[in-house]
Amino acid sequence: MSVIDEKVQQLKGFKLHTVKTAKFKTNTIVWKMKSPLKKETVTARSLLPHVLQSNSEKYPTTAKLRSYLDELYGASLFTDLSKKGEYHVMSFSLEIANEKFLSDQTPLLKQAFDFLANILTSPNTSGSAFDASTVENEKRSLKQRIQAVYDDKMRYANYRLVQEMCKEEPYALHVHGQIDDVDAITPESLYAYYETALKEDELDLYVIGDIDENEVAAYANELLQFSDRTPQVMDVRQTSIKKADTHTVKEEQDVKQGKLNIGYRTNILYGEKEYYALQIFNGIFGGFSHSKLFLNVREKASLAYYVASRLESHKGLMMVMSGIDNGKYDQAVGIIEEQMKAMKNGEFTEAEIDQTKAVIKNQLLETVDTARGAIEVLYHNVVSEHSVSLDEWLTGMDAVTKEDIVAAAEKCELDTVYFLYGKGEAN
Amino acid sequence: MEKLTFNQLQEDLYYEKQSNGLDVYILPKKGFNKTFATFTTKYGSIDNHFLPHGKDEYVKVPDGIAHFLEHKLFEKEKEDVFQQFSRQGASANAFTSFTRTAYLFSSTSNVEKNLETLIDFVQEPYFTEATVEKEKGIIGQEITMYDDNPDWRLYFGLIENMFSTHPVKIDIAGTIESISHITKDMLYECYNTFYHPSNMLLFIVGTVDPDEIMNLVRTNQNAKDYKEQPAIQRKFDEEPAASDTKKRVMKMNVQTSKCLVGIKSHETAQNGEQMLKHELSLNILLDIIFGKSSENYNELYSKGLIDDTFSFDYTQEQGFGFAMVGGDTPDADRLADTLETMLLKAKEKGQLTEESLQRTKKKKIGAFLRAINSPEYIANQFTRYAFNDMKLFEVVPMLESITLEDVEQAASRFIEEDRFTVFQVLPKA
Repeated sequence: MSVIDEKVQQLKGFKLHTVKTAKFKTNTIVWKMKSPLKKETVTARSLLPHVLQSNSEKYPTTAKLRSYLDELYGASLFTDLSKKGEYHVMSFSLEIANEKFLSDQTPLLKQAFDFLANILTSPNTSGSAFDASTVENEKRSLKQRIQAVYDDKMRYANYRLVQEMCKEEPYALHVHGQIDDVDAITPESLYAYYETALKEDELDLYVIGDIDENEVAAYANELLQFSDRTPQVMDVRQTSIKKADTHTVKEEQDVKQGKLNIGYRTNILYGEKEYYALQIFNGIFGGFSHSKLFLNVREKASLAYYVASRLESHKGLMMVMSGIDNGKYDQAVGIIEEQMKAMKNGEFTEAEIDQTKAVIKNQLLETVDTARGAIEVLYHNVVSEHSVSLDEWLTGMDAVTKEDIVAAAEKCELDTVYFLYGKGEAN
Repeated sequence: MEKLTFNQLQEDLYYEKQSNGLDVYILPKKGFNKTFATFTTKYGSIDNHFLPHGKDEYVKVPDGIAHFLEHKLFEKEKEDVFQQFSRQGASANAFTSFTRTAYLFSSTSNVEKNLETLIDFVQEPYFTEATVEKEKGIIGQEITMYDDNPDWRLYFGLIENMFSTHPVKIDIAGTIESISHITKDMLYECYNTFYHPSNMLLFIVGTVDPDEIMNLVRTNQNAKDYKEQPAIQRKFDEEPAASDTKKRVMKMNVQTSKCLVGIKSHETAQNGEQMLKHELSLNILLDIIFGKSSENYNELYSKGLIDDTFSFDYTQEQGFGFAMVGGDTPDADRLADTLETMLLKAKEKGQLTEESLQRTKKKKIGAFLRAINSPEYIANQFTRYAFNDMKLFEVVPMLESITLEDVEQAASRFIEEDRFTVFQVLPKA
């Protein structure tokens, strides 16, 4: 039996992905729209889902729209934006109770589809423009969202590392767009972009739950119809700009704890055969609480509470992040560099490899125990244009040897070191 | 072993009290890859004044010690328990709240081995002076991390405003100063008082056979030599009904202002059904007043006083309770005034309607179903409910039973101006 039984079919302008499972008490529908990440469109794309989810032709105010969702047993609607490599992805998620667990047995899934189709295709407009006050409110919220990154120093340091490391590359763009471009957006220009996005974006619909797959396909086919398209492709190998030397950026702010973020180029992407080894390399190095970083920076040297590394699989990056005392920069960088050197020299045991394989496998199986986690795992295949099933993933990882891991480590190049530190205490 | 069946939710729950007093619950879940287990003691940051096991004088322990103990339990003579869990393909963690310390793992293989590891590591402390000292650096960084986090400062600032004496106002991790006083002996004293099985609950949810798992736990516990222990004596000073401080402002390195309005609860000497009804009624009340379908929310949003960080919540445990409402805002004072006005207005006769109650109840029922998709939610919340003599799987029938009169009464008793308080985080000029 496979870990996830995903069925994919091409409908009008989009792909429908269904997974039938009885383990949830709700059904989850996620609509994804993907386009290359570009300076010119990133801000409009960040605004659009928030305007669409505020109200619609049928539910012209947020109060009316949200009251209707409450009536559908608190169906939860939310939108979000993400960067997947150099793509910008809008997601609309709707999760609705499965009526078989309610005392009221009125079917809810069809109503959820009607609702989702309504907000996607029949927005609240006048002529060729979105409702002006809705756009105004959401422009204000968008600015606040962009600004909010500054106030959360952990997020801010992550963002600044990427900004410095990927300067001149699309990946440096903030997922919520550019604050200076918000004001220029009008109800008309946003509506025009909405039409473009529906025409050109790669569209995917995921439905997970105790569903009848034919029934779901019929709903989707009836309610959502778009023109055919050939999705635009980004090649991150073309856009990546490598530096001759390591780039170090230190920024002073009024903070008590220093944030040390280090970026590496892995030169390996999701879907490539070395990717499995890269995952294990990251796991031994810094992905977990048994990893070298946790052990040496936290447990042995007592320098940090959090220290970890993570991969951006579709862009070929690995990022280390840690919160340290403002005066411990040199010591922390030194220990992290030593751990990287140890990885490249193959200074890790078969036991560490097995341990890491076991934990990664566990992590993956756990992720697909939530509907949204399963969708994110499956969506990797859309982004990478590689069709890797979860079962292939697990066997691929099992086959990785120590030599493969060392080879992946050797491809890894230090790019940028970023340090946010407090006043007067840094070295 | 008892079996409890919940027909509407299609769940079976298995229960057995061990001879040493430990409560064990097992909830088999079909179709899931993972099993999740929590081993929780009814001991949190508020339990800082108590009669130590075997002593006859009350002690006050340093702020942050329950959380410190949580960290130290992972370290053993040979290695950190994280290492063992990951060799067994599990991911382990722990957390300390006001009233509980929970140790947990999730795994998709070696479930029995992992469960034994969980039980044994919690029941076999190993504290030394050297490892206690080393931990002070790590927890010091955890504290500094929270010091820089404006949302955490906002949340705790509001709680500090509300309470005059109750230890809920103490930051769970303590301060760098307070943890500097912690010693190995203090940890053992707390451990011996609060980690007796009769003060603990083990919850296992996942792809398990309940008979096998219960056997394993029973054998494990019977092999350990626990003596019966008298009930724990905790001490709390008298807490006034009114909020301690009306308003405070903290200046931080932020660009956006933040504002929370709090209401302190005075009806907290509750447990069981009474508490469940009270808590749910107040949660429904807040949702009717401030939910996204309310007029208030839409007014606040269209005036630009709130954004999508806006949230509201009611929390209650035995001895303390509070509501909080607010988020990021361009005008912290105007938001505080408007929220207070809206709260007071909701108390007036005829403001709450049957239609909004029915809608909110439906919403809460759906939210509960969504929540119980999550093994983590079930284990954590079940334990919290059980420690307050409430039953998690009775939330839906209780929600269905709540009437408009219940919510109106809850509102009229709860919303009192002298229990209001405001905390704001504002940008440095």
